Amino acid sequence: MCFTSNFWSLTIDGLNNGFLYALIALGYTLVYGVLQLINFAHSEVFMSGGFAGLFLTQWWLGANGSAHGAESVFVVVAGVIIGGLAGGSVAFLLERVAYRPLRRRNAPRLAFLITAIGASYFLFSLAGHLFGRDSQSVPQLYDNKQVFTVFGAGVHVYDLVVAVSAILMMLLLDRVVAHSRLGQGIRAVAQDAETASLLGVNIDRVISQTFIIGGLLGGAAGFLFGIGNSVSYTMGFVPGLKAFTAAVLGGIGNIRGAMLGGIVLGLVENWGVTCVRNSWRDVIAFGILVLILMFRPTGLLGERLGRSA
Amino acid sequence: MTATSDISRPIGLSRTRQLLTHPTVRSFTTFVALGVVAAIVTGPQGRTGDPTYSISKALQPGHLFLWIGIALAFWLVLVAWLAVRGQVRAVVAGPRQQVRTVWGISYVRWVFYIVLIVLAVLIPREFFGEYWQEVTVTSIGIYALLAIGLNVVVGFAGLLDLGYIAFYAIGAYATAYFTGTLPVQPPFTINPFFALPIAVVACMIAGFILGAPTLRLRGDYLAIVTLGFGELITILAINLDSITNGSRGAFGIPAFTIHLGPIHYEWGLDILPYYYLLLIFIVLIYWLFHRLENSRVGRAWTAVREDEVAAQACGIPPVKYKLLAFAIGASTSGFAGVLYASKNSFINPSIFTVNRSILVLVLVIFGGMGSLAGSIVGAIVVQGFFALVLKNNWFDPADIYMYVGAVLIGMMIFRPQGIIPSKRRAREIGLAERGLGSADALAAPAGSPTS
Repeated sequence: MCFTSNFWSLTIDGLNNGFLYALIALGYTLVYGVLQLINFAHSEVFMSGGFAGLFLTQWWLGANGSAHGAESVFVVVAGVIIGGLAGGSVAFLLERVAYRPLRRRNAPRLAFLITAIGASYFLFSLAGHLFGRDSQSVPQLYDNKQVFTVFGAGVHVYDLVVAVSAILMMLLLDRVVAHSRLGQGIRAVAQDAETASLLGVNIDRVISQTFIIGGLLGGAAGFLFGIGNSVSYTMGFVPGLKAFTAAVLGGIGNIRGAMLGGIVLGLVENWGVTCVRNSWRDVIAFGILVLILMFRPTGLLGERLGRSA
Repeated sequence: MTATSDISRPIGLSRTRQLLTHPTVRSFTTFVALGVVAAIVTGPQGRTGDPTYSISKALQPGHLFLWIGIALAFWLVLVAWLAVRGQVRAVVAGPRQQVRTVWGISYVRWVFYIVLIVLAVLIPREFFGEYWQEVTVTSIGIYALLAIGLNVVVGFAGLLDLGYIAFYAIGAYATAYFTGTLPVQPPFTINPFFALPIAVVACMIAGFILGAPTLRLRGDYLAIVTLGFGELITILAINLDSITNGSRGAFGIPAFTIHLGPIHYEWGLDILPYYYLLLIFIVLIYWLFHRLENSRVGRAWTAVREDEVAAQACGIPPVKYKLLAFAIGASTSGFAGVLYASKNSFINPSIFTVNRSILVLVLVIFGGMGSLAGSIVGAIVVQGFFALVLKNNWFDPADIYMYVGAVLIGMMIFRPQGIIPSKRRAREIGLAERGLGSADALAAPAGSPTS
């Protein structure tokens, strides 16, 4: 039956996917907030986190190795950190090499968008070129057993890993943006870059920092996604598209909106799959994107460019 | 964004800092970096499970220094050019003016165009082997037609369409349907020639349906929606098994035939007749779009691109004109889809991936946004190069998209107007960079929910 069969287990899967979408969507929404740019290459930032985590865990455990107990915790945390760092570095380089020259020249926005899609294609093909084009799975980091049940639906270790890391990162981000000097800078640039610059905000630095923060979250999400699925050079495309949908769903530029949008999208997608065949899964997200643009283009929580959190 | 770098730099800059930020030194380091990137990019194909293999091979001294050397050679050419630029321009100015005056005479232009067409007719027939004739038709000709259509969207209207191939797929599948080669049978089967208007209309409608909810919002939302639509079309083509025959696709799509009174002709297995047919269509559509560019509609597009608010104040409805451009682009893509389906006689979903849309985009950007001649030259140069790569096996065909991405980034940074710039478009980009107008149509129109 549509929506009712396996409701709770689909809800858990939906939350799991939703947290990952939310983490990626934050990268889109932050960059859109400060530059009004759809950073198509963010899906490759996500992918780079997946690859970094994969290489770390393969190096630590061997390609077919596995971890248990305390080592599991350590490897997962290390993977998330390395994935985040890789994502952050790629995002930083991306801004430095591809977008900054355009910004210096005050290039039209079309040029930014074309560069973004170009960077996306360059990066994912480069990953395919350097690391091989077969998809690879992350070694077994823990025994993915059922921890407890919610209304008869099992919650597995993987679900908890994703939920705990995502919630921690999102809380941290929310605090940083709302209360730190860095967050103040980001909000100032998002609100009015020229005025912010007149008031002594170093715009270049703030934009770099925004890219790095988005990259950290996206890269970490890449590793978390890689644990549950697999890592390949094209892994970023579909999650990237969905995460952008999530960002628009929540209201682009709105940080809490991106978190909510990601979770809602994950849930709706998983519940919706019961109505259609699984191969139609990706169509649901696209349908949602078109529906929001038609009926509520400012998203669930409204666009709050510069008034984030 | 404001250019803060020059103002905010401290006055007492240290000597090393001064040296490092000197333009020549900066361009030198940029070119060395480009050399290193080129070395990595041209390295051997990596191996799964051995992440350092490709990069360590690529950074071996012989290969690395070869590419740094090549990059530095380019740098020297650039430095030399910058040094003599003034003199060269002074010398060339006189002859250039003469050429312009001669070009201004209309029969000179006509002679030039006719010579070009004659060359286009003769060269593939006289000088090309079977491989290159095939390339001329399926890789260059069809893509030139696609690029001309995308140019209306990207160049004339200043929008970004990343799912352009979806309409090509609609055209191709419409042909397959109306010639009775899909699992669902049409009410009547027709000659592919009659599928052309059907595909054009179908794609125009699809373009309106997709563009209408999106274009009243920010222009950049169109990019992501079309990207999603491009992906959606492949999913539909694969999954609607009972209609599209799934991933197997359609076979035996008939060739074009003409039955006009006493004339009977069928385009068979020979390549050249298709080439001539394609050439006729390209010339016709080129001429049509050239006229369109200088028409009332074309001027409206220019106005919207240069300043949307002012255009709106002058009574031009921006959403209507953007939608028109998007639909015209879509229908050109559908038109090309019919030609391809009938020429190839078989289609399947793997032909219509989003990657192909980006490939068409690179032809437009390389040639020059808004320049129809640029689109054709872009198709010839870029697709010709890739055909050469495939023939000589210079690198893995999957790597093509790495170069596509690099060309997009490089063009936007170093030459956003393309190799054969449209004068107007180049000027607009220059003006936009000085803070006048926008040079694209990505802002939300006034009164839009997202403005």
